[in-house]
Amino acid sequence: MRHLIDPMDLDVQEIQELLELANDIIEHKDKYSEVCKGKKLATLFFEPSTRTRLSFEAAMIELGGNVLGFSSADSSSATKGESVHDTIQVVGCYADIIAMRHPKEGAPLFASLKSPVPIINAGDGGHYHPTQTLTDLLTIQREKGRLENLTIGFCGDLKFGRTVHSLIKALSRYDNIRYILISPPELQVPDYIRTEIFERNHIAYQQVERMDEVIQDLDILYMTRVQRERFFNEADYIRLKDTYILDTEKLKKARADLSILHPLPRVNEISTKVDDDPRACYFRQALNGKYVRMALIMKLLEVGGA
Amino acid sequence: MNIDSIYNGIVLDHITAGKSMQIYHDLELDKLDCSVAIIKNVKSNKLGRKDIIKIDQEYSVNLDVLGYIDPDITVSIIRDGETIEKKKVELPERLVNILICKNPRCITTTEQGIDHVFKLANREKRTYRCIYCEEDQQTVS
Ligand SMILES: [Zn+2]
Repeated sequence: MRHLIDPMDLDVQEIQELLELANDIIEHKDKYSEVCKGKKLATLFFEPSTRTRLSFEAAMIELGGNVLGFSSADSSSATKGESVHDTIQVVGCYADIIAMRHPKEGAPLFASLKSPVPIINAGDGGHYHPTQTLTDLLTIQREKGRLENLTIGFCGDLKFGRTVHSLIKALSRYDNIRYILISPPELQVPDYIRTEIFERNHIAYQQVERMDEVIQDLDILYMTRVQRERFFNEADYIRLKDTYILDTEKLKKARADLSILHPLPRVNEISTKVDDDPRACYFRQALNGKYVRMALIMKLLEVGGA
Repeated sequence: MNIDSIYNGIVLDHITAGKSMQIYHDLELDKLDCSVAIIKNVKSNKLGRKDIIKIDQEYSVNLDVLGYIDPDITVSIIRDGETIEKKKVELPERLVNILICKNPRCITTTEQGIDHVFKLANREKRTYRCIYCEEDQQTVS
């Protein structure tokens, strides 16, 4: 029995197979509409994340399966209520697979050690969110036709943004990726990303403060949200906040084949005027999330030849 | 200073000077009803000063606990007055319920009855990594 806890639990070959399956699902939806008939997915959300939960539930429904589960109204109740251990023992009796989100780091790993059915980590605090990483990889592959030979700009909060860290790690296994890291100095990637990912693997990277200096070099621009409270002082926030907002003006310098990604939800870091630009991929990216979750559920349930 | 040699039992030698009381406590040697000798600050060619513990009874030592506290210790097993086995302890690959995770965001802080499990992350730096949250923790040394 396999689980998915850390995006690196899957090797490059397995990721390739998952992306191929997701692409096949997109092209031949009817073929997959009953592969999970009679199977149940439990979504155990110890903290709320409506988009992620709906994406999992839609994925299972489109595979012909059923869904059940709960979502806590706020994350504090997760730590007061029933233990992860007991919840998993009970739910494992009537679900075939579990997608679990929990505010505490490592909760899904702990669940996987106790669970009679496969566990998918749907986010554990600031730690991992592997289905987001798979979504990002599928989107890059569909938009660019490849996962190597790319120049990728990551923009915004690179210090606390776990989706950025996970995607950088996942992409470090592909050839010839150039990283351009666009952030204020106080929100640069953590040291371990620099030493354990870039330097250890001899990967080229560049750190800059301004998006408009580098936007013309990018194949992909991965935007993240910059929160006011992450800045050390108000003056820096005011000085820098517009630097990290993508608008039609900044896009003028960008390549015609740029792909703009964002894990969503956004606040104001991408102007809504950009939405109509064909280079905006973030809504297609959200949809890809459903397809890659369908592929993943099939793989972990070992149905439909996956 | 002389301490009688033991006939059947265990000798923990090359203990870093000053650590013998911690080992006595952590191995719960106070619960044994045989004689236990703690010899502190012995002159040693190798370490300058060292501690030694002698346990006058056959006893199965928890090598993981020992390796974690002080990986330079040697364990000698004495039977009928002869040393029948010498074991070198080392930092264990895995620690269960010896280190406690200090990361407040870790599942170990809220889940009842969960084992605190660490894996050796760096032998030279003596760091262990919590398997749940993957925060590194330095061992006390
Ligand atoms: Zn931990």
